[in-house]
Amino acid sequence: MEYTIVIGLEVHVQLLTESKMFSACGTEFGLPPNVQTDPVSLGMPGTLPVMNRKAFELALKTAVALGAEIAPFTKWDRKNYYYPDLPKNYQISQYDLPFSRGGSLSIPARKDGGGGGQVTLTRVHLEEDTGKLTHGSGGFSEVDLNRAGIPLLEIVTEPEIRSVADAKGCLEELRLTLRSLGVSDCEMQEGSLRCDANVNLHIPHEGKMIATPIVEIKNLNSFRAVERALQYEAERQYEAWKKDGLTIHDAFKETRGWSDPEGITKPQRQKETAADYRYFPEPDLVPVVVDQEWIDRVRSSIGELPTQRRARFESDHGLSPYDANVLVEQGEEVADYYDAVAKATGEYKLASNWIQQDVLRVAKERKISLAEFPVRPDALADLINRVKSKQLNTNQGREVLGKMIESGESIDAIVTAGGYGMVSDRGAILEAIEAALAANPKAVEDLSNGKKRPDAVKGFLRGQVMKSTGGKADPALVGELLDARIAEISG
Amino acid sequence: MTDLTRATAASLLSLMQTKQVSAEEIARGYLERAEKLNPGLNVFVHLDAERVLDQARVVDKKRQSGGPLGALAGVPVAIKDVLCVQGEPTTCGSRMLRGFKPPYDATVITRLRQADAVLIGKTNMDEFAMGSSTENSAYGPTRNPWDPERIPGGSSGGSAAAVAADLAPLSLGSDTGGSIRQPAAVCGIVGLKPTYGRVSRYGLIAFASSLDQIGPFSHDLADAALLMEAISGRDPMDATSVDTPVPAYSTTLDTPPKSLRIGLVREFFGEGLDPEVAASVREAVRVYEAAGATVKDVSLPHSRYGAPAYYVVAPAECSSNLARYDGTIFGHRAEDFSAKSPEEEGLPPLVRMMMASRSEGFGAEVKRRIMLGTFALSAGYADQYYTQALKVRRLIRNDFDAAFQEVDVLIGPTTPTAAFKLGEKSADPLAMYLSDIYTITTNLAGIPGLSIPCGLTSTGLPVGLQLMAPAFAEENLLQTARVFERATDWHTRRPPLA
Amino acid sequence: MDLSRDDVAKVAILARLRMEPSDLDLFTGQLNQIVGFVAQLQELDTTNVEPLAHGVEVRNVFREDVRGESLPREAALANAPRRNAESFLVPVVLE
Repeated sequence: MEYTIVIGLEVHVQLLTESKMFSACGTEFGLPPNVQTDPVSLGMPGTLPVMNRKAFELALKTAVALGAEIAPFTKWDRKNYYYPDLPKNYQISQYDLPFSRGGSLSIPARKDGGGGGQVTLTRVHLEEDTGKLTHGSGGFSEVDLNRAGIPLLEIVTEPEIRSVADAKGCLEELRLTLRSLGVSDCEMQEGSLRCDANVNLHIPHEGKMIATPIVEIKNLNSFRAVERALQYEAERQYEAWKKDGLTIHDAFKETRGWSDPEGITKPQRQKETAADYRYFPEPDLVPVVVDQEWIDRVRSSIGELPTQRRARFESDHGLSPYDANVLVEQGEEVADYYDAVAKATGEYKLASNWIQQDVLRVAKERKISLAEFPVRPDALADLINRVKSKQLNTNQGREVLGKMIESGESIDAIVTAGGYGMVSDRGAILEAIEAALAANPKAVEDLSNGKKRPDAVKGFLRGQVMKSTGGKADPALVGELLDARIAEISG
Repeated sequence: MTDLTRATAASLLSLMQTKQVSAEEIARGYLERAEKLNPGLNVFVHLDAERVLDQARVVDKKRQSGGPLGALAGVPVAIKDVLCVQGEPTTCGSRMLRGFKPPYDATVITRLRQADAVLIGKTNMDEFAMGSSTENSAYGPTRNPWDPERIPGGSSGGSAAAVAADLAPLSLGSDTGGSIRQPAAVCGIVGLKPTYGRVSRYGLIAFASSLDQIGPFSHDLADAALLMEAISGRDPMDATSVDTPVPAYSTTLDTPPKSLRIGLVREFFGEGLDPEVAASVREAVRVYEAAGATVKDVSLPHSRYGAPAYYVVAPAECSSNLARYDGTIFGHRAEDFSAKSPEEEGLPPLVRMMMASRSEGFGAEVKRRIMLGTFALSAGYADQYYTQALKVRRLIRNDFDAAFQEVDVLIGPTTPTAAFKLGEKSADPLAMYLSDIYTITTNLAGIPGLSIPCGLTSTGLPVGLQLMAPAFAEENLLQTARVFERATDWHTRRPPLA
Repeated sequence: MDLSRDDVAKVAILARLRMEPSDLDLFTGQLNQIVGFVAQLQELDTTNVEPLAHGVEVRNVFREDVRGESLPREAALANAPRRNAESFLVPVVLE
């Protein structure tokens, strides 16, 4: 390894409230400009903020779920800087007494064996969103304040992430957790989840570890962009270091913007003055005191978190970390679906296989969610139970499922109409085997003179038997009887 | 028509109740006075006679139809131009807000409307409430009705002069470091700064948010109590407005205080206090003693640090509160923001636009305080100045807490001198700052302060007596002041206006 | 401490105030005078003194998450110094 990448994430998510953080106007996305404002979110002279209780409680719920330490006393501060998307020219944020510190996020296991660790959180704090600037024509930019004042949770990780895949995994886990908590819809495309990344490299060099200057990457508007930008930036920093040899001690933190079409990060124009945010306590808002009872109440409102669910699927259901993650990572619908099927069948691995190989594949092909999936968990469980009790073999089960999806008809109707049913009668299967042998003297000859290996011939004969029984023969029984017959022939 | 130079809100209410005069007649009377006196005094910066008369006529109709009427039905109230009135010019005495019309009413305005008061004009003020003389106004200075060569105090000089000159029986001001009490004192009227959190600040254009309070001006305590009652109380739009019940100030005003222990603040009688002012205050002490009060000397040892702490905390908050005036969403935008120097060449047009707009829009005092506050909060200096000032603020509050263990009300002069001359302190910001030294500490402590007229100097200028009480003790503060008012006639004096 | 003319120029940019050279001279003098005055605060030993930042020491004041009316766009834009039909306009912001 030439270097290790070191990543810390700074994530902003909009909280799912009806009204803004400090005033009553709405929080919808995608409206025409400046139709969702009020005097407070416009920063009009004389207006005052009043804290939205729901916003604070959603923030608290998030922090508790992430295992953060909740501060007994928290306050808001003004972060002063001039920017036209910030109508007051200060952002109400939290500085020295955020409502939570610490906590962690797990990185799910991946198929390649990576992931599986944890990332420590530095802090979670609550602040207000800014408006939006659009670069218009005629030397002007347009300011839209619909978004200004939507409650925003800032979640900062320690720079503990050591691979691009882990960074993506960490971000995905965060999205999964926040969605399962119902605190944010986390749509990167709509900006309700936004991510900046701090990146540098640790390079072993002449027996020492060199750290390259830290770069903050902005404009990461999709998960794919996070991945690509980090990949690109690691390579860029390595090449830069090889050329200029600059280390973390030689340069300030640089801000670079990700350009998706170009696939590169570009330096963002440095501000004309060094940032001096002149934080001070927001005099218009009063501090909040959180007692243990409040924390307990919030904790009891939190259901099973994705990470807990994954652990249960592994330990109680015996699923592999990878399978457990596939069922959890796609959100509660999938995990709930699986849980229902698993419970009704008692067949955890079978349920996992059916869902992963059939249900999710079809849902993906059809671009539908599991809520819209025509086969409900009880029907799938019924089908799996029939396979388990050998009323159907696996291939039949698949076909029946396919027809259930197509037609929406019941299992019974499809089985009756299609004449499905597994043949487990030894006599009937032996008869079919003899017929296959008789019809294929060449195969018998190859077996008896040892020209072909028995298992090669077995596969062919099994196909013939299944074909002649219309696919209904119990595959296990066919295998068992074929083995015995082949052993006789090959002597 | 009644003689408005003897009128109070209470007297006008009783005349209207007995149908001896209509709200419209009263409004006309005041408008006529304004037509005559405003050109000389420069009290009103916006006055729309038709809108005033419309409001008065609505009240008269309501009265005729026998409908329920609010506590201030038909009483004109002049409004400091720092308070937002929906759809009407609200300019804060600044070029920055010329033409600004808020899309909403301040909560106190809503309450005045609910009380059926008649809003009569917006009054002149020091720009963004920063000043002690009303000279820092884009509209030029207001003159003191007692002597047009002198300042009416500030920053609520227009509202104080409006009542003093009988251009309105009542007015609203705002007080961040003395901006109600100091002009009340030098204009010879009553001015009350309530406890922080007693009156909603929603719609009060902020100067220093942790210090600002809205309060009434009037000729006497009964009127002050009436207006206080109308504007006080918790407001869901202001998180710092407090949910304690509002006493019926106007009903209980004449109840003698249960306890009359008065503390004379030793530190308010030091260097810089005009002997005539000192004499008037000492005379007030005798009046109290004669009324049966126990008066003792009390020390507020950190008083001398009040002004230094204030001139860090208030500018710090102001530097942030006034950041929004940048020519983007509202307010003045410079036409020309081209680079004027090589340094400016390096700044993006947006930054130059903001800088030019703010430089054109703000006057010198506002800029000075923004600069001072920006400095006091900046990296490397915040601990030394801002945080230290907040700690001193705590010490000042502790002083008051200790004093109120021993006495019910503290008294002293409101100002070191009577009204000074226009221009006298304009060139010396620090000298101007010191005209608030006795009023600043109550803002830092968040407690109520009241100024009532207690004398005239040998040249006929009013002197104010300041009374201070613990937080939310306005009822007792007013009752204690009433003991003095009942025994004297200073509140009936009027300026010798033409 | 003494604020130099350069210090004052830096503060002016931070505060977004354009200063003519003559303003800068005047402000440097006045600010030094005022800063000298407020420097008295340093005389006091404030070890273990809790800063008092708020005018009133109440806690936990919230509004419920109830959606109200938005301002009509015309009202929102009415005071804008420069606007088009739907937005506020500012000199172009370059990234």
